[in-house]
Amino acid sequence: MNSPPTLQAGQTLLLNIRGLSRRFGGLHAVKDLSFTVGEGEIVALIGPNGAGKTTAFALISGFLVPDAGEVTLRGRSLVGLAPHQVNALGLARTFQIMRPLPRLSVLRNVMIATLGRHADVATAEARARAVLAEVGLAARAETPAGSLTTAERKRLELARALGTEPALLLLDEVMSGLTESETVRIVELVRAINARGVAILLIEHVMRAVMSLAQRIVVLNYGERIAEGRPEVVARDPRVIEAYLGDEETSAAPA
Amino acid sequence: MRWAALAGVAVLLVLPAFLSSYATTILILIFFYGFLGQAWNVVGGYAGQLSAGHAAFVGIGGYTAALLSSELGLTPWLGMFVGAALATVLGAIIGYLGFRFGLRGFYFVLLTVAFGEVCRILVSNIDALGGALGLYITFTGNPRQFQFQDQRVYYYLALGFMLLATGVAAFIERRRFGMYLSAIREDETACEALGVNTFKYKMLAMLVSSFLTGLGGTFYAFYLFSLQPATVFGIPLSVEIIIRPVIGGAGTLFGPILGSFILTPLAEASRYYFGQSGLHGAHLIAYGTLLIAVVLFLPQGAYPYLRRLFAGRRQPAP
Repeated sequence: MNSPPTLQAGQTLLLNIRGLSRRFGGLHAVKDLSFTVGEGEIVALIGPNGAGKTTAFALISGFLVPDAGEVTLRGRSLVGLAPHQVNALGLARTFQIMRPLPRLSVLRNVMIATLGRHADVATAEARARAVLAEVGLAARAETPAGSLTTAERKRLELARALGTEPALLLLDEVMSGLTESETVRIVELVRAINARGVAILLIEHVMRAVMSLAQRIVVLNYGERIAEGRPEVVARDPRVIEAYLGDEETSAAPA
Repeated sequence: MRWAALAGVAVLLVLPAFLSSYATTILILIFFYGFLGQAWNVVGGYAGQLSAGHAAFVGIGGYTAALLSSELGLTPWLGMFVGAALATVLGAIIGYLGFRFGLRGFYFVLLTVAFGEVCRILVSNIDALGGALGLYITFTGNPRQFQFQDQRVYYYLALGFMLLATGVAAFIERRRFGMYLSAIREDETACEALGVNTFKYKMLAMLVSSFLTGLGGTFYAFYLFSLQPATVFGIPLSVEIIIRPVIGGAGTLFGPILGSFILTPLAEASRYYFGQSGLHGAHLIAYGTLLIAVVLFLPQGAYPYLRRLFAGRRQPAP
C-alpha cells in the first residue's frame, strides 16, 4: 500500500516501528503500523477518534505488548520491556488523561522523574527546579499537584516527562482542552524543547498546532496508516480528507 | 520538629523513675504497638500497599526465637534475627505474588489476610510447634534469655524498638527510596512512565517491613512468655498493627507513634472497664467508633491535622 517511510536527507534514525499490531478481541486496534522518527525530528500522529493513536503510544512505551511487530529506539528493541525500562532507554511519554501524583507537591512530582537519572536527592531537586522553570511552573513548585488547573497539569505532564531526560518525547494530546493563548504557549514550549535536540512524537487534534509544529505527519484510520508526509501534502491527501470528512458527513446526518 | 522529637525522647528516657508499675506496662505496650505500626508503615503507609497479614511476621519471629531458645539453647538475642529473616522470606513470597501479578487494593489485602490465616492454621495443627495451645516460655529472669526481673528493662527495650523503626522510616523517607514509595502510593502507572521500577521498590518496602515486624515477634514472646497461634497469627493482631498508623497518619513519620499513644491507653481502659462489666471484646466498639470518626473528619490521620494546627497554616505538600 504505502511506500516505505523515509527520513529526510542527513537525518539519523531514532525510533523505528515495523509492522506493529495489536488486537483487542475482534477489534484490530493497531494493524501493521510502520513509521520512523529521526533524531531531533517532530512527527505528528493524527487520525479520527478511535484510530488507534493512543494504543500505538501504549505499544511503543511498554504499557501494552504488541501481538506482532518491532519497535526499536537507537537500534535497541523495546518490545517486551517494562515501561520503566523503556523510559531508562530514553523514551518518555505523557498521558492524555493526566496523571499527577495529587498529594505530592509539583516539585516532588518532577523529582520522581529526575531521581531516575540523579540518585542524589539534592541534584535531582536542582534538575527538577530547572525543568519547572523551563515549562513555566516554577512559581507553583510547592503546590500539591492535585490543585493545579488543567493547563498547569498539562505543563506538569510535560515537565515530568522532560525530567527523565529523554531522547524522544511522546506527547498525547498536551493541547486538548486548552484556550487559544495557552495552546500558543505550549506550541512555543514544545518548539523550545525540540530546539535542544529532543525528538517529539505527538498525538494531537488541534490541527493548527500540528501544522505549525510537525515536520512530518503520520495519519491513522482504523489502526492502519493511510498517509504520511509533509503537513501541506498530507492535508491535501484525498484519503485523509475522506477519513476525517467522511466521518463528519455520517455524524452530521439528521438524527 | 527535630527539637520537639529529641525533647520527647528525653522525657521518655527519664519517665520510668516516676511511673507506677501499671503505667509502665501501658507505656511498654504503647511503644511496642508504635514499633509494629511503624514497621507496617513502611509498606502499608509510605508505599500504600495495605498488608492486613502483618501478624504472621510477628508470629514467625516469635515462634522462631522461642523454639531456637528452648530446643537448641540459642539466645533469643540471636534467635531474634533468625526469626526476622524467616519473616522476611514470607514477606518476599507475599510481595512477589502480590506485586508481580499486579494485585492492587482489595486484592492485595485479601492475599495478605489469606497468608496470615494459612500460617495460623498450619501452626495450630503442627504439634511440634505446640499446636493450638501454643508455646509457653519458662521465666528465668536471665537477661541472656531476653528475660528481665525489672520491668523497666522491657520499657527501654520497647522504646528502643520504636525508635529503631522510626529511625529506619526517617532514613528511608529522606532518600530516593522513600520518595519513590510515596509516589507509588499516589499512582503506580505514572511512576512506571517516569522510569520508576515499581515492583522493585514495593518489594524492598515489603522486605524492610517484614524484617522489622519479625524482630518484634521476639519481644512479644519474651515479654508475654506465651505464644498462641490464634493471637500471634490472628487477624485481630493484624488489625491492632494497622489501626494505629491509620489513625495517627499513615505514611507520616510520627503517625504510628501518635496513633499508638491515642489508641493503646484507650484500648486498655475500655478493655478494663468493659471487661469488669462482663462485656468482653467491647473495646472493639471503641476502635470502630474512633476509626469511623477519623475516616470522616481526619482522613489523613491525626498527625497531619495536628501539624497543621500547630504550624497555624497549611503545610506545604511533601
